[in-house]
Amino acid sequence: MAVITYREALNQALAEEMERDPDVFLMGEEVGVYNGAYKVSKGLLERFGEMRVVDTPITELGFAGLGVGAAMTGVRPVIEFMTWNFAILAFDQIFNAAAKMRSMSGGQFRVPVTFRGPTGAALQLAAQHSQALESQVAHYPGVKVVVPGTPADAKGLLKAAIRDDDPVAVFEGEMLYNLKGEVPEDDDYVIPLGVADLKREGGDVSIITHGKMIHVALQAAAALEKDGVQADVLDLRSLRPLDTDAILATVAKTNRVVLLEEGWAFGGITATIAAMIQEEAFDHLDAPVLRVTQADVPMPYAKGLERAAKPSAELVVEKVNQVLYR
Amino acid sequence: MADDNRQDSVAAVAEAEDQSPEAARAHDHSEEAEMEAVQPDREAQTEHKPRLSDEERLQRLEPDKLRRMMYDMLLARRFEEKTAEAYALGKIGGFCHLYIGQEAVAVGAIHAQRPDDYVMTAYREHVHALQCGISPGAVMAELYGRADGCSKGKGGSMHMFDVEKNYLGGHGIVGAQIPLALGVAWKIKYRGEDRVIQVYCGEAAVNQGAFHESLNMAALWKVPMILIVENNRFGMGTAWERASSLYDIYQKASAYAMPSTVADGMDVLDMYRVTKEAVERARRGEGPTLIEARTYRFVGHSMSDPVSGVYRTKEDVEKEKGNDPIRIFADLLARQNILSQEELEKMDEEVKRISEEAAEFADKSPEPALDELYTEIYANEDVNGRLYFDGRKR
Amino acid sequence: MATKVYMEALSPTMEEGRLVTWLKNEGDEVKEGDVLAEVETDKATMELVARGSGVLRKRLIGEGDTSNVGTMIAVIAGADEDISALTGTADAVASQAPSVEEKAPEQKLEQVASGGDVGKGAAALAAAGQTEQDQAERGTPAQATPAGAAPTPTPDARTRAATGEGQPSIVPAGGQGTGQDNGRVKASPLARRLAQEAGMQIGSVQGTGPGGRIIKRDIEQAVAQGGAQPQAAAPQPQPQAAAAPPSAPPAAPVPPSTDARYREHPLTQMRKTIARRLTQSIGPVPHFFLTVEVDMGEAMALRARINERFKDQGIKTSPNDMVIKAVAMALRKHPFVNAAWTGDAIHLYEQVHIGVAVAVEEGLITPVVRDADRKGLTEIAAEVKELAGRAREKKLKPEEYTGSTFSISNLGMFGIEEFTAVINPPEAAILAVGAVGPKVVVDEEGNMAIRQRMRVTLSCDHRVIDGATGAQFLQTLKQYLEEPMMMIA
Repeated sequence: MAVITYREALNQALAEEMERDPDVFLMGEEVGVYNGAYKVSKGLLERFGEMRVVDTPITELGFAGLGVGAAMTGVRPVIEFMTWNFAILAFDQIFNAAAKMRSMSGGQFRVPVTFRGPTGAALQLAAQHSQALESQVAHYPGVKVVVPGTPADAKGLLKAAIRDDDPVAVFEGEMLYNLKGEVPEDDDYVIPLGVADLKREGGDVSIITHGKMIHVALQAAAALEKDGVQADVLDLRSLRPLDTDAILATVAKTNRVVLLEEGWAFGGITATIAAMIQEEAFDHLDAPVLRVTQADVPMPYAKGLERAAKPSAELVVEKVNQVLYR
Repeated sequence: MADDNRQDSVAAVAEAEDQSPEAARAHDHSEEAEMEAVQPDREAQTEHKPRLSDEERLQRLEPDKLRRMMYDMLLARRFEEKTAEAYALGKIGGFCHLYIGQEAVAVGAIHAQRPDDYVMTAYREHVHALQCGISPGAVMAELYGRADGCSKGKGGSMHMFDVEKNYLGGHGIVGAQIPLALGVAWKIKYRGEDRVIQVYCGEAAVNQGAFHESLNMAALWKVPMILIVENNRFGMGTAWERASSLYDIYQKASAYAMPSTVADGMDVLDMYRVTKEAVERARRGEGPTLIEARTYRFVGHSMSDPVSGVYRTKEDVEKEKGNDPIRIFADLLARQNILSQEELEKMDEEVKRISEEAAEFADKSPEPALDELYTEIYANEDVNGRLYFDGRKR
Repeated sequence: MATKVYMEALSPTMEEGRLVTWLKNEGDEVKEGDVLAEVETDKATMELVARGSGVLRKRLIGEGDTSNVGTMIAVIAGADEDISALTGTADAVASQAPSVEEKAPEQKLEQVASGGDVGKGAAALAAAGQTEQDQAERGTPAQATPAGAAPTPTPDARTRAATGEGQPSIVPAGGQGTGQDNGRVKASPLARRLAQEAGMQIGSVQGTGPGGRIIKRDIEQAVAQGGAQPQAAAPQPQPQAAAAPPSAPPAAPVPPSTDARYREHPLTQMRKTIARRLTQSIGPVPHFFLTVEVDMGEAMALRARINERFKDQGIKTSPNDMVIKAVAMALRKHPFVNAAWTGDAIHLYEQVHIGVAVAVEEGLITPVVRDADRKGLTEIAAEVKELAGRAREKKLKPEEYTGSTFSISNLGMFGIEEFTAVINPPEAAILAVGAVGPKVVVDEEGNMAIRQRMRVTLSCDHRVIDGATGAQFLQTLKQYLEEPMMMIA
């Protein structure tokens, strides 16, 4: 297995899927000549030409809708948002069109469009460019949402998203593009949607998270280990579908849960999972389910404030100690 | 007034190689018309004065085709009247927007393209659905929310679809269908297909960002899209003059170097002619066209809006009814001995019967089974994990 | 302006009420303060008064029906006022002003979905639908508050109502609380399951989690030590009656253990309350019991003299009145017995309010003799007689049966010699009083003698009272009863 970056893994996935299926094309701002704002699409224009790697005007609503309309009639667009923050302009097309087209037509359409782009805070990008919006998109039935946290998952999940017959939103980690890891070179390395991955095996407590936050969780788990606490770190990978069996299994094993997400707490994915756990694993709980999320404020610019607003390994350790009654 | 200059503007569907706004304006307008466009004269607009001769209007169309257009407009009218009746009886729920008065637009325009071309529109859509060949029974059953509806009862008045008939719906967010249609047009181009898409929006939708974003890309990439703006002069209760700094909608296309024109939306033949030209341009790979169809709705915005009242008077509406597109067309066909009064009445009886039968069909159609609640949300449910989170049994 | 009539919380523990009698008919003129109906609460039959004036337009429940507190049960409004928005009933719709009916269908539709259009209309529709109701509620603020703010007393509220100054206070949810719930064992769901699997009574385990929460490790430890009380041993073998039903119904329905035929006896409000309260008690409150035998010779003689003396005034004291007086006096000396466990503190009451269990049809109620330590014997006797009488008629007011700091249960009249009573939480103790009767005893000189004797058993909450504390209280009590003059000495 080759060790490549998260960015290269995404690039591989795109190239392989475009090679495999002539109906797949990539469209978005700066994806072509510029090679992608984050260089994910590097070299693709040269390789696949202008019809398949399409630079758009800055017009998120427009090209998101274009992707949905094209997908309705048979092709497989991959729509890149420079960041999901900008996709807010396009949410009407994702929520009102992509998510509902199949249902409101009585099942007449498949909408195999992939929306992708980076989510979450990078460093000092301030309020409008630092949002983790995956739970908002996952709110809508009709859409699927994946959130890869490692290079291998990035490749496998993007390929699965492109091949899936429903709209899939891929939330990449802006801070993860340079992350290196082993990635299978197999052209058919597809990670099925809805399969969580136990990134670390523990037994005393379950830290359940996704995306970039798995690295925060692993950091916290390492610190806890020194203190004699072994944590399960469950990477959800898909938010919708959600691997509830994996969640219930780790809860049944450890009886104590800390949920971690980069976004806000209100209506967050962790809120959904906490509700699900108490509904379905109540008798396995030895402590309340606790959450670590971003501070409930728009992201400030100043370095110290930003650090304080983000979920941290320290906060995770603190909550773990609470559920362990330590 | 623009209508008076219609000939000029139609003739001036801009040449692809000469798309500068300057050029477009020079083609489209006399200076006088420019002035009037800024200060629209409603009197002039409401008086229907076709400038073409009967012969020119008929475009040497086969009598059968002309009669078919008449039949389609009549069916549209009677079907919508039946819809209003069913709504009043509580058979139809939700929002319901009727097409009465605007029939010439969809009937004329859809006659100008082929069955393998696509049609997409907003929520005043029953007639577009019929015109694409969806059976009146399936449309009415959809309105009734029944299993035999064209969207299996899951879409309703605003969300009718028939993928077989290339009718791509019925969309409820003002203007949001235009980017979708752009996507279909893109797909046509991507796959090199010999097809076009007609997409409709109301005049009020042109103030949405989606309209402008789509026009830009459509013109930039020269996709085969015909955008028909049905200007019925009111966005709900807001008169167009009160909503736009520019009166002439077709001029908005010039900002995107897109050819555009005005069509008489009360004249099915004018709609046909103008659309036909645009469709052919699109097929030739010359890109999109915007058509501003000037029309009028004789009914309220929706079933909850009275025909007249706060934003227009009864007299306004009565006056416009003098330009009833069905009467205008019937007069022409009678004058030209294509359809006699007797034949027209017979035709009217038939479409009334069809509308009645559609309602009977809808009434007999079953409600969607409750286990349909969780079907057709996703195309691929063969995934691990959970897709639905309501904790209900299914 | 219309006034909604709610099932009101007419007792501090009332969660639902049964409407016994409507005293006003539909169409009757009603003035604010008029009695609309009699409602049977969990404790008594209470009067429901009108919170607004007008005509009783609609009764939404019938006599004999039970409604939860906070449920709308009637509407008072002007004679011609449109109340369809309040009642939502078909006949109310029919009574709409005819002008509405006459409007064209389109106009009516417009009313429903005013300005209704795609997206935007839906919100307007919802808002419009609520306006009328909101206005109706705003029109009667005085009435809206009690039913709206405090549909059911929280456990905290119950605690305070019982321990305060006798005012039935209802604290809205979210009010200041102690963090500890007297009526409930705090345990993690997992701990509960493990305890059940181990056949262990969870209340017998000491919790080490936050706020004393019993968590997995506590159960594991208890299992390891084998020290936990097995569930099977939970029922106490002592005879228990009025104050302590032999076995309070468990929280969850028990599957029938026999196929024998049975009749189903419906639960009264009172039976439900007894079950709930006593189940709460035997679980978390670690009881222990102290019994002492008291020589009642002097007390009975004194009682006879007093009764003789006050015969003209129609006053007759009972042995129980003597006990009440003596208990009240003894409690002043032993504050820990006149106390309550609150979770993070012990409240030692500075007043002595004695609850006296009174058997009534289908249950019991505990009227309260307030400041019993400051009242004379005859005063106590008269008060108890009066309260007990009204208790049997279910005419007690809430403040008359709440707020006790200590309770006495006497089954002497049934010939019960000795029994244990279940503590009425959050009180720390209850005294179970047996019958006074002749017994052979060995006196100080070693001679056999026949004396009037009585056995009393003190049930103590061990969280508050230790063995010696309880014993000392009983010593004082015994002294007071055996030498009544010590009470004034």
